[in-house]
Amino acid sequence: MNVLVLKPGMLTTLQDSGRNGYQHYGVPVSGAMDLFSHRVANILVGNSSDEATLEITLQGPRLEFDQDAVIAICGGNLSPVIGGDEVPEGKAVRLRAGSVLDFGACQAGCRSYLAVRGGFDVPKVMGSRSTYETAQLGGIHGRALRKDDRLPIGESDGDIYPDLDAELARSGRAFAFPKWAVNQHIGKLGRVPQVARIIPGRHWEAFPATARDALTGTEFRIAPNSNRMGIRLDGSAIELENPLEILSEAVTFGTIQVPPAGQPIVLMADRQTVGGYPKIAEVASVDLHLLAQLKPGDGLRFELVSLAQAQALWLAREQELMTIREAVEKHLAK
Amino acid sequence: MLPNPRLITMGDRALVIEFGDRLDPQLSARIAAAAQHLRASPPPGVLDIVPAYTTLALHYDPAVIGAGTTPYEALIEQIGAWLHEQADANLLPGRLVEIPVCYGCGLGEDLEDVARQHGLTPEEVATIHASTDYRVYLVGFVPGFAYLGNLDSRIVTPRSDTPRPHVPAGSVAIGGDQTGVYPLDTPGGWRLIGRTPVKMFTPESEPPCLLGAGDTVRFVPISRAEFDALSGNGA
Repeated sequence: MNVLVLKPGMLTTLQDSGRNGYQHYGVPVSGAMDLFSHRVANILVGNSSDEATLEITLQGPRLEFDQDAVIAICGGNLSPVIGGDEVPEGKAVRLRAGSVLDFGACQAGCRSYLAVRGGFDVPKVMGSRSTYETAQLGGIHGRALRKDDRLPIGESDGDIYPDLDAELARSGRAFAFPKWAVNQHIGKLGRVPQVARIIPGRHWEAFPATARDALTGTEFRIAPNSNRMGIRLDGSAIELENPLEILSEAVTFGTIQVPPAGQPIVLMADRQTVGGYPKIAEVASVDLHLLAQLKPGDGLRFELVSLAQAQALWLAREQELMTIREAVEKHLAK
Repeated sequence: MLPNPRLITMGDRALVIEFGDRLDPQLSARIAAAAQHLRASPPPGVLDIVPAYTTLALHYDPAVIGAGTTPYEALIEQIGAWLHEQADANLLPGRLVEIPVCYGCGLGEDLEDVARQHGLTPEEVATIHASTDYRVYLVGFVPGFAYLGNLDSRIVTPRSDTPRPHVPAGSVAIGGDQTGVYPLDTPGGWRLIGRTPVKMFTPESEPPCLLGAGDTVRFVPISRAEFDALSGNGA
């Protein structure tokens, strides 16, 4: 089975949970920007959590399925339709062979994740299918989708939603979906301004109180030059009184770096493995998916929490994902 | 004697072990040894072990580490005891990797300019560059880019003010008091003095990179004819 790319969209890449274990060679982790939506989409189609999904950015692709398929779309709402009918998000959707899935206007968020039952059957590079364009790793030839690409879908063991098969046959419509849905908007996707929790970073104490107060007390806007490497923030300048001599060292997903000009950058999926700018704070992992759904111009505030709180929130999120997986599995064919 | 390492949090899924605060080959050797040791038997839940100039970072999955009082505290309990034991461990001598370089050869565009800045001939710059063994302090910036320290002070050269939009893979370059080889075609601001036919980054191989932190690098001058033969360009 293949998915044929009729139109590639603005930036559509295959991503999984990331390329771990190679950062000491300078290989970025990459992976989905919104790992939460990516994981929920995989759960809905009965995939294991390490399958890749399509990360679709702002302006989506047009895709044709050459066989019957089960898909799920989660995350930002980019108006997915088949034959003019709206395709629901946060649900498994059973499609007929020949269906053309099209995306339209961005109604909420910034990135949408499309999972297909069986996963995208492209080779793993260094243990991952994630696309990293700078070094042309993973995905389809290490790049974003292009027109006429064919995305092979992996083998899967038969019908996982027999009820949907029956409904599709009965209704004569292009696709079928269940009544139930997953609450895929955990964590308030559409909040304005968005709020992300942060933990003090390595150089928190080196910044004057005015800079720390500006970080936690004022609103920032997502700058237009934000991308998969980092989200740049316009707003109060965050400045040191005296420059710090810093030797480069590791950074991570959510590190808030402050270059000398004072415009903070939140490091995201395609971040380099090391950096040499002061690190004022770290975004709590539980809120990273909210940042991934912000687009240029959107507002963002930060709220300080402790490391212990951030870890407790993260463990609770992992528990929520387990609960979602168990709930979905009850609907799957045995 | 080196000071005791310090543990620093980096968000809720990583921590940094700081071994010192300045560039020092002995410190770097200790970090490389610690990285190698941890990689041989990583604590469960540790996903990435990233050495740098003065630090070693561990990226971990809190859900796998699980609760002590917190996952962070559970992890540092393991690491702390181990770091203490490790303090007196023998430092392993890293590997010695020889990298053939064609200096100048129409491939190192800045060689003459670098020579002129230091009142040297291009041949002298090449000889100085190839007569030091370099330590890999850090691999980063792009996959396989090794930062090599201890450049001879006679050829220390600042980076360009305007980076080149396109530096070819294999370019051997000087950036301040460091040197390195560009593993990929990327933009870059270092001064290009030659090129190697050797691949620094081969994603489909294991390991994917020629160099790792702790290795020692020796550049071996080759002629343009040897360069062409080694890069499969024919004579």
